[in-house]
Amino acid sequence: MAEKKKISRRKFLVRGGLGTAGVLAVGAYVFRNPIRRGILEMANTMEMAYMGETKNPMVWFEILKDNTVLLHSPKVEMGQGSFTSFAQMAADELEIPMAMLKVVHAATSTGNIDGMSTGGSTSVPGLWQPLRELAATMREMIRTEAATKLGVTTDAIAMGGGVVSANDKSMTYAEVAEGVTEWPDIETPVLKPVSEYKFVGKPIPRIDLEDKVYGAPLFGMDAEMEDMVYGAVVRPEKIGAKFLNADTQQAESMPGVIKVVKEDDFVGVVAATYQQAENAKNAIIVTWEAPNNLQQEDLEKIMTVGNGKTTIIQKEGGALDDDDSEIMEFRSPIGAHAQIEPNGVLASVEGDMATVKISTQVVGITRKEVAERLGFEEEKVNVIPTYLGGGFGRRLHTPHAVQAAVLSKAVGKPVKYFFSRKEEFQHDMFRPPTHHVMKGKLNTSGSLEGLEHHFVSGDVGNNSALVPSFAPTILGADVGAIRGGFIQYTGVPNYRSVYWHVQLPFATSWWRSLGLLANTFAIESFIDHMAHKADKNAAEFRLENIANDPLSVRLKATISAAVEKANYTETIVNGRAMGLAASIDAATPCAQVAEVSIENNQIKVHKVTVALDPGLAVNPDQVKAQCEGCVIMGISASLHEEMYVENGELRPIIYGPYDMALMKHSPKEIDVVLLQGKDTPGAVGEPPLGPIGAAVANAIFRLTGQRLTKLPLKLS
Amino acid sequence: MKISFTINGTQQTVEVVDGNTPLLWVVRDVLDLKGTKFGCGKAACGACTLHVDGEAVRSCSYAVKFAEGKTITTIEGLGTKENPHPVQQAWIDEVVPQCGYCQPGFMMATAALLDKNPNPTDEDIDNNIINVCRCGTYYRMRKAIHKAAELHALQEDSEIQNS
Ligand code: FES
Ligand code: FES
Repeated sequence: MAEKKKISRRKFLVRGGLGTAGVLAVGAYVFRNPIRRGILEMANTMEMAYMGETKNPMVWFEILKDNTVLLHSPKVEMGQGSFTSFAQMAADELEIPMAMLKVVHAATSTGNIDGMSTGGSTSVPGLWQPLRELAATMREMIRTEAATKLGVTTDAIAMGGGVVSANDKSMTYAEVAEGVTEWPDIETPVLKPVSEYKFVGKPIPRIDLEDKVYGAPLFGMDAEMEDMVYGAVVRPEKIGAKFLNADTQQAESMPGVIKVVKEDDFVGVVAATYQQAENAKNAIIVTWEAPNNLQQEDLEKIMTVGNGKTTIIQKEGGALDDDDSEIMEFRSPIGAHAQIEPNGVLASVEGDMATVKISTQVVGITRKEVAERLGFEEEKVNVIPTYLGGGFGRRLHTPHAVQAAVLSKAVGKPVKYFFSRKEEFQHDMFRPPTHHVMKGKLNTSGSLEGLEHHFVSGDVGNNSALVPSFAPTILGADVGAIRGGFIQYTGVPNYRSVYWHVQLPFATSWWRSLGLLANTFAIESFIDHMAHKADKNAAEFRLENIANDPLSVRLKATISAAVEKANYTETIVNGRAMGLAASIDAATPCAQVAEVSIENNQIKVHKVTVALDPGLAVNPDQVKAQCEGCVIMGISASLHEEMYVENGELRPIIYGPYDMALMKHSPKEIDVVLLQGKDTPGAVGEPPLGPIGAAVANAIFRLTGQRLTKLPLKLS
Repeated sequence: MKISFTINGTQQTVEVVDGNTPLLWVVRDVLDLKGTKFGCGKAACGACTLHVDGEAVRSCSYAVKFAEGKTITTIEGLGTKENPHPVQQAWIDEVVPQCGYCQPGFMMATAALLDKNPNPTDEDIDNNIINVCRCGTYYRMRKAIHKAAELHALQEDSEIQNS
């Protein structure tokens, strides 16, 4: 603990010795069912901790000569605004103005990276404790060093505005740090109370705002290196096609082509310009093995409750008898990420070193994959993450970095390569389609006696590098697919949730909020149906059936807040009806009321009221922005989007046919109420995606009497 | 072939192998103006929107040969931090961007709309601003478009007063 470290002159390293945040362990000793179920429930409400290193003495902060403090972020910025929250947290503990702090992405060779990923709405909650502790420790190191330099005791040092002062002398942080090679070892100080923070809790404008408004080259697609050339890799159109061999003769002699690269598992080409690379790629004739001819009907048959492997993930009391229960089925389609920046990468392999610039949510995994393929030590691969032009889970898989590295090695130049939009759509890691069977029973007084959710999904977390391969067998359920799949009405005497897993012939994986979107659609549409059967107000019916544990109490508070703010009514007013829905995701409850009408036989969402309880909102404006974004993305996914399979191919392959919400589909009013049911920050980026689909469907039921049970919602 | 045009106020001549090369790639890769984005390459998302002679154009689907003699503006030429275009100022005031990737295309589309229609109604906005934003920033964009119209009007008023 007392050992001193050498620190380079210009760089200021903050060392750990700090409490490492807890890690969600998928327990290797879990074998009995009740325990397994407990873990699954924890997975449902999990608030994941930061999984990187706080002890590793790599750079977190750097003080530059101009007194700028650089924070090397272990998490990536994909629009969620977490860089701004980090800056607020750090600036407050460092006693510096926001303008003095810059946040950059940590590269694998210069900073700490999260060993897992950026995702799961965990960035701000996960770094809340460690980042503030690091900043506070650094502040005290500067204070101690300043005391020595100024010849006073530490008590005599005042800090503020990035300057230390004592008596009539003052120094900037940069001046204090200048020339220091050994820093005093400091105990982690007590953190300031939140009430003393100047920036945390305030709606500070995003720190990347100006760069994004003036068109700065922030993204992976914008990355360049000297002498860079362009690559392209041939991808199959058919699902499950395996690369056998390629006739590259024509491509080799095309203009601009530098090299055609044939590997065991892919064929690619490198050319001087992007068009030349694409043209040559299109001239390569590949033989693919055994493409299947899957059709959409086959897929729906497979995706039916009762198929595959099953796990009871939640159980209380007895099972309902089908004969005297209400039963209703729901479906959701395959969803594409459709982020606007295509997947792309710039890789340079020189000798035994590789550099990779990439928009990725998995910086560490990308380094490992590239190192493995090249046969390099991981330390020889520097992955430099860029700003992401949208993540949404798509960039939790970025193995194209490997292909770019192989191409670069083959030509001895940096190679940039990115997907075409058709490749994006056909080779997405989709949100899996789902099917749900809901069952419910009322007692004679109109109260819920039993409620069941039976559902089937393809992989979400399974087969992902982020979930240990033993996890599916131990847990029996996919940790991603079950998100939002639990019955939150645990005041009901008998309830259960039963998960079925089907292996699909194409890759499905993480899509913002995972199972939440589809599961909440089913559960919250059905609870509305049961309220209607019971002839009760849908808000009151929900509140009656939610239990009184702390999280449930917070859920009830969001429902009440949304109902009050929206003036929720079940009467149709001026051709508009309201629908309510609520969900809990990653321990953040959210309720929404959608105000809907029908115009020209189209569903029109006018206003959405959101009540969210994320705990402490580090940046309330950006929390609201996430709510607005989730509402609009949720409207897009619930009312518009749908991938389908035709003759063994995934379709459509372009925006437009892949119908997404545009300006004209966006509600003109989104009213967000933030509650604070706990005093630390919780998940924000995904939970508001839960309720919107059911909220709209419930409003349509009020308007038309039609219970729409299939996403995307279409009027008959 | 050689093609000459004015871009962001500067006269440029570029040499291209193929006149059918989309203007987008000339702007991004030859002129190194990275603010204009590639999203789909099929005129389907609007990320590549820039102005050609004041019209909003999806540059991924506009052959560079047609730019001969024209005046082009990209996000880098719309305004600067010192002298922001009303659209950029409104975007800052309303804190519109999330990931930011689609935003230059939307700002260019909005600037072209306001040139023709200085005070667009919600319906005008719905009909004219048809780019795709996956982060779902439409709600703030609509507010920013109305705000930009106000700023634009104020700017014109003060120009009239000053002249
Ligand atoms: S890139 Fe031009 S419209 Fe999408
Ligand atoms: S801000 Fe991310 S796509 Fe629009």
